[in-house]
Amino acid sequence: MSLVYTLLSLVVAFALAAVIIAVSGENPWQSFQAMFMGAFGDLAAFGETIVKATPLAISGLAVALGLRTGLFNIGVEGQLLVGAIAAAWCGYAISTPAFLHIPLCLTAGFVAGGFWGLLPGLLKAKRGVHEVITTIMMNYVALHLTHYMVLNPMKDAHTMAPQTPAIHTTAQLPQIAGIGNIHAGVLVGVLLAVVFAVFISRTVVGYEMRIVGLSSNAARSAGINVSKMLLLAMLLSGGFAGIGGAVEVMGVHHKFYDQFSPGYGFDSIAVALLGGATAMGTGLSAILFGALRNGAVTMQLVTDTPKEIVTIIQAIVIVFAGAKFLRGRQSQKWDS
Amino acid sequence: MLPLTMRRENCTPIVEMLQITKRFPGVVANDSVSFCARRGELHALVGENGAGKSTLMNILYGLHRPDSGEIRIAGEPVEITNPGVAISLGIGMVHQHFMLVRAFTGVENIILGDEPSRLGLTNYRRARNEIQEICQQFQLVVDLDSPVGNLSVSAQQKVEILKALYRGVRILILDEPTSVLAPQEVESLFAMLRKLTSQGTCVILISHKLPEVMAYSDRITVLRLGRSIATIETSKASVEEITNLMVGSSSEMPAQPSQPVVTRQRHVLLSVRELCVRGKNRGVGPLSFDLHEGEILGIAGVDGNGQRELVEALVGLRKASGSCLLASCELLCLDTRHRLDTGIAYIPEDRFDAMIPNRPILDNAILGLQRAKPFSKHGILDCKSAHNHAHVIINELGIRSTGPSMIAGHLSGGNQQKLVLGRALSVNPKLLIACQPTRGLDTHGVQDIHRRILAARERGTGVLLVSYDLDELLALCDRILVMFKGKIAGIVSRGEATRETIGALMLGAKV
Repeated sequence: MSLVYTLLSLVVAFALAAVIIAVSGENPWQSFQAMFMGAFGDLAAFGETIVKATPLAISGLAVALGLRTGLFNIGVEGQLLVGAIAAAWCGYAISTPAFLHIPLCLTAGFVAGGFWGLLPGLLKAKRGVHEVITTIMMNYVALHLTHYMVLNPMKDAHTMAPQTPAIHTTAQLPQIAGIGNIHAGVLVGVLLAVVFAVFISRTVVGYEMRIVGLSSNAARSAGINVSKMLLLAMLLSGGFAGIGGAVEVMGVHHKFYDQFSPGYGFDSIAVALLGGATAMGTGLSAILFGALRNGAVTMQLVTDTPKEIVTIIQAIVIVFAGAKFLRGRQSQKWDS
Repeated sequence: MLPLTMRRENCTPIVEMLQITKRFPGVVANDSVSFCARRGELHALVGENGAGKSTLMNILYGLHRPDSGEIRIAGEPVEITNPGVAISLGIGMVHQHFMLVRAFTGVENIILGDEPSRLGLTNYRRARNEIQEICQQFQLVVDLDSPVGNLSVSAQQKVEILKALYRGVRILILDEPTSVLAPQEVESLFAMLRKLTSQGTCVILISHKLPEVMAYSDRITVLRLGRSIATIETSKASVEEITNLMVGSSSEMPAQPSQPVVTRQRHVLLSVRELCVRGKNRGVGPLSFDLHEGEILGIAGVDGNGQRELVEALVGLRKASGSCLLASCELLCLDTRHRLDTGIAYIPEDRFDAMIPNRPILDNAILGLQRAKPFSKHGILDCKSAHNHAHVIINELGIRSTGPSMIAGHLSGGNQQKLVLGRALSVNPKLLIACQPTRGLDTHGVQDIHRRILAARERGTGVLLVSYDLDELLALCDRILVMFKGKIAGIVSRGEATRETIGALMLGAKV
């Protein structure tokens, strides 16, 4: 049922996009073909799709973890930024062998992102402040904080650009030879997805988080410490997002620069919703969004269809996923 | 001619509900109930929780459709398919939970759905003037221009009543209108209702507060277990008579397995001393009582006299001061989880506070036990044990299901309740705290749950049973603790407990 709904939403999204392309005088079929070739046409194209999907998948897992605990973490963008800049600092400021350096940078990303998530979590658990409000605010704080950091204390002295120095090669995630630009970050993503799936469905803490997400009253009556679960969920969610940022720094850019994220944190909300907040679903929808982003560039080169058409497709998919999510929430309320 | 018409007008009841039957899954809420109300009378509809009062009135207001039966308004048979039809017939209803838009002003709320307009624009001035007129007519004083969210509860209630009056109501239904009011406000509410009835409006009052029903109503209809028992003139009735009609004589009750009263002195299991709880409306306590092993202690009282606060304090969902010793272990310094670990099983009043309807039975079977062996080891859930446990509960309690992976919310109400009880008893608790465990169940389900509770008592479990059903308490309990206004009005042992003694204590009489 859910899969049918998801596929249906994709069909509708592409159909509407086709209409818009046709109305603007282009050939929808050729445009989609170019988009597909750009995304999956050869090994290099596929590799680029996966590279684009990796941060989306990891931060999508962050959103999914929140959703499973009944939290709507819109602050993934900010958590990703602070995670990225923390990883970048560890990457250029510390010198140590790769087998230590890479885990160190990833941990730095997790800690920074987790801290960024923990603050709204604390406000939610202790004072009942709605996490949507506080996480949005924290996004702005993160954006301006990182902006300040790359202009002042962390600025690379050798260039005019607002960016940090390049990280040491020991902190870079190695390329996976042969498949385009794919780097070891994709393995981090797969590992996190497995961790997420096992954690949420097989562990006691994961079970308790799900119960909190489904009914906080039932959780309280069953002796589950709801505040603690909310805190933990925000910590882990923020931490995942932070790793997402770290991986992007370590695998792709090898530095942190201002306006670093092209909205990964916001797309990841759609990714998680479309994926039904499961590990597998989130991974697949991240690949879809990565393919759209990647294929759009080729489409614009080959045909005259602007790449922004992809934004329309994404938006329609988000509307569908969001409608289902809200409806699910409502029916749950009505049940009880 | 004229006198004849007038006599007809007076004789035909404005509301006639004949042989109304309404079934919900597992429950017969109304079992061929008949109910009549006249113009210009204040007609009280009384009965215990679950007697079917609200269902009957929801049918009259078009919120539910009856399975069978006929409704006549002023002698005309009508089909009330939805509240819109009811409103056009002149029926208005003020629900227990107000249906107001908090950010709208009084005027905006009152005209909502029935806005006077000119050229497509709402004519607020005309609406306001009309409402002002109604206010003057009934001497209602209420701020019409502030957002209703800022108004007091009694003012919000006035807005609700004005909503009905603005639509030209002939029949006004009020569901437990005084439960949210202070005593002085109750008086002014009834003064206002009197004005309404004197102008010919029929007011139907759903209540379980007998004193005010006796003081203000013209006639009383009693419902019990979904049946209409009697309609009597208030002036010819006594509180005792109504109480007896409400709770029924014991011969009509389903026979309970009679159990010997605890004779030999048992160990004290739970010792509560000077327990004080902060409540919603007033503080609760100080409460002091003991509960013995293998004893069922009933907590009686009219809803809202501190029962919920007491239970939530015992379970750790509410802060409290004083002392609660369970087998010489102080509960008040533990959190809920550790209290449950000391051997307490808790059945909340609302079963959806004890289960997750959209998850399988499997997940629900281990809710609250997830940290205990064998359901998890080193923080990893053991799905096989959970599966087995769900099977055991299903078989032991005869839960009608397709198996552990069935979604719990798809079970019938009675079976959901059995699932919650079965899980609570599966840990062999020292203390079982059960709130309204048979609420909304049919006779068969009730008896089944009662048997389980008595069996647990035989095994030495101490049971704290909160119920608004006096018959249930009298049938099961070794002692009954009656709460009134947050304090203990009295503790009556089984031999001395009668409907009258308990009833008097519930209404605040001194022993």
